[in-house]
Amino acid sequence: MLSKEEVKHVARLARIKLTEEEMQKMQGELVKILDYIEKLKELDVENLEPTTHSILIKNVFREDKPEEKSKEEGEKLIQLAPQQEGRFIKIKSVFK
Amino acid sequence: MEICNLSIKELHQGLIQKEFSTREVVESFLERIYRLNPELNAYLEVFEKEAIEQAKEVDEAILTSKELSNLAGIPCAIKDNILVEGKRCTAGSKILENYIAAYDATVVKKLKKQKAIILGKTNLDEFAMGSSGEHSAFGATKNPLNLEYVPGGSSSGSACATAAKMCAFALGSDTGGSVRQPASFCGIVGLKPTYGAVSRFGLIAMASSLDQIGPLAKNVEDAEIVFEAIKGKDEKDSTSCEFDKSEEKEPKKIKIGIPKECFGEGIQKEVVEGLKNVVKILEQEKIYIEEIDIPSLKYGVACYYIVMPSEVSSNLARYDGIKYGMSTLTKPDTQDLIEVYFETREKFLGKEVKRRIMLGTYCLSSGYYDAYYLRAQKVRTKIGLDFKEAFKKVDLILTPTSPTLPFKLGERLEDPLSMYMADFLTVPANLAGLPAISLPFKKINNLPFGIQLIAPAFCEKRLFNFGKFFEQICST
Repeated sequence: MLSKEEVKHVARLARIKLTEEEMQKMQGELVKILDYIEKLKELDVENLEPTTHSILIKNVFREDKPEEKSKEEGEKLIQLAPQQEGRFIKIKSVFK
Repeated sequence: MEICNLSIKELHQGLIQKEFSTREVVESFLERIYRLNPELNAYLEVFEKEAIEQAKEVDEAILTSKELSNLAGIPCAIKDNILVEGKRCTAGSKILENYIAAYDATVVKKLKKQKAIILGKTNLDEFAMGSSGEHSAFGATKNPLNLEYVPGGSSSGSACATAAKMCAFALGSDTGGSVRQPASFCGIVGLKPTYGAVSRFGLIAMASSLDQIGPLAKNVEDAEIVFEAIKGKDEKDSTSCEFDKSEEKEPKKIKIGIPKECFGEGIQKEVVEGLKNVVKILEQEKIYIEEIDIPSLKYGVACYYIVMPSEVSSNLARYDGIKYGMSTLTKPDTQDLIEVYFETREKFLGKEVKRRIMLGTYCLSSGYYDAYYLRAQKVRTKIGLDFKEAFKKVDLILTPTSPTLPFKLGERLEDPLSMYMADFLTVPANLAGLPAISLPFKKINNLPFGIQLIAPAFCEKRLFNFGKFFEQICST
């Protein structure tokens, strides 16, 4: 069964902050869902390949040529960032 | 004759024969939106000014007798996880409350090219995660046929807007039933095309191996017209593909299979009765029907609730408060970059989204991959093979669209697993990549009841042909 420590660990991996109370509730809900998922163990899938694409199309290639993008569109995309400086996206420092 | 009741073809005819103008059409739908939407909450945003301008353009084209496409001047609505250039696109989430699309989704580009008129963006469960419309950060949408009930989800606003005639048709997205189930709950037609039939460029990704865009419409013919307009290969979505139109046999010669699970555990009594009535009507028309066995069908939901959250956890990692969307980055007391991630996601993502990200992160985490994701992908292969086997015997598979009739607002909100079970009959088509359509049948206890038809990959035409035949025999 999924322990509280594990829930904490997963929340950290997922970059989701949870309060003590939320953690408790999440644990209960995940345990219930994971219990249900156990059902899959009933099926013998030993000799089956995993599905990677439901409609078997082959690899799709294109030439490695840069496409013209309008300057305007690029500008709009940069403008969406919460913090910018010139044409750069500004973030907090990564290293202390 | 009321304009809002007309089908796409009837509207088209009326426009070219100048029985009414595009402006009149647009205004009559806008009037309904302003009257009905405050209570129903189907639209998140309405583009009145642009819609009237576009209507003018189409009216000028009619006056100069230019050739018009089927969709020219036809008012539609777009689910708010599909990008329309220059417009907000929230995906029903607080985290994208300030996000303005820099470009059009391919499907939107195609509709605009045909001069369809986009009336606005419609409400949805946050990031398309939900079966009731209640998980939107911008309030629940209501079922237009009974305000105490959910409209289904996640394309809740698109289904509601179409059913309440606040648009002629709408686009939705379907990852595990999100077009078909709300169509069924609102008494309209909803199509999930074959995986790859319609480009997803510009659709906010949920679970990439399952997502498809599809139409919600008044009737099968309308759904077909819209599908024909949006389908096709797109360089910008490498999973999209072109397909040949195959010849189809006439509807009367179609063989139907019904999985025996449709009469069994987990299916509401009223729904089983409804299905039996459908069988009766089809048998009167001398349609061949047999009960079939799809042994892996009952594992669909379990398989789906591994594959989908795993892909969700990966796709939604991009909402980190750095590149776009709401963020705590500019908060003065935040020090670390990692703190920005934690705080932004805590503050702006909803409960159900967090739950699925957690579940997916767990399934993909070190040591669990083989037990969960890999096993689920193998089960998925089994489901695909079982369908293939079934289609050797029958041409179409018939099921109810939802295992229950529409439920009341709030009824399942606190029990995630019972909400997930609502997807029981719709997820198999997504897992196997198959096209499926939901069609309205007679109401039960005064609530809409829909049936689902599933076809082999790329056999949308078969769904449309048989769907129209079914509409005909239901109306007589």
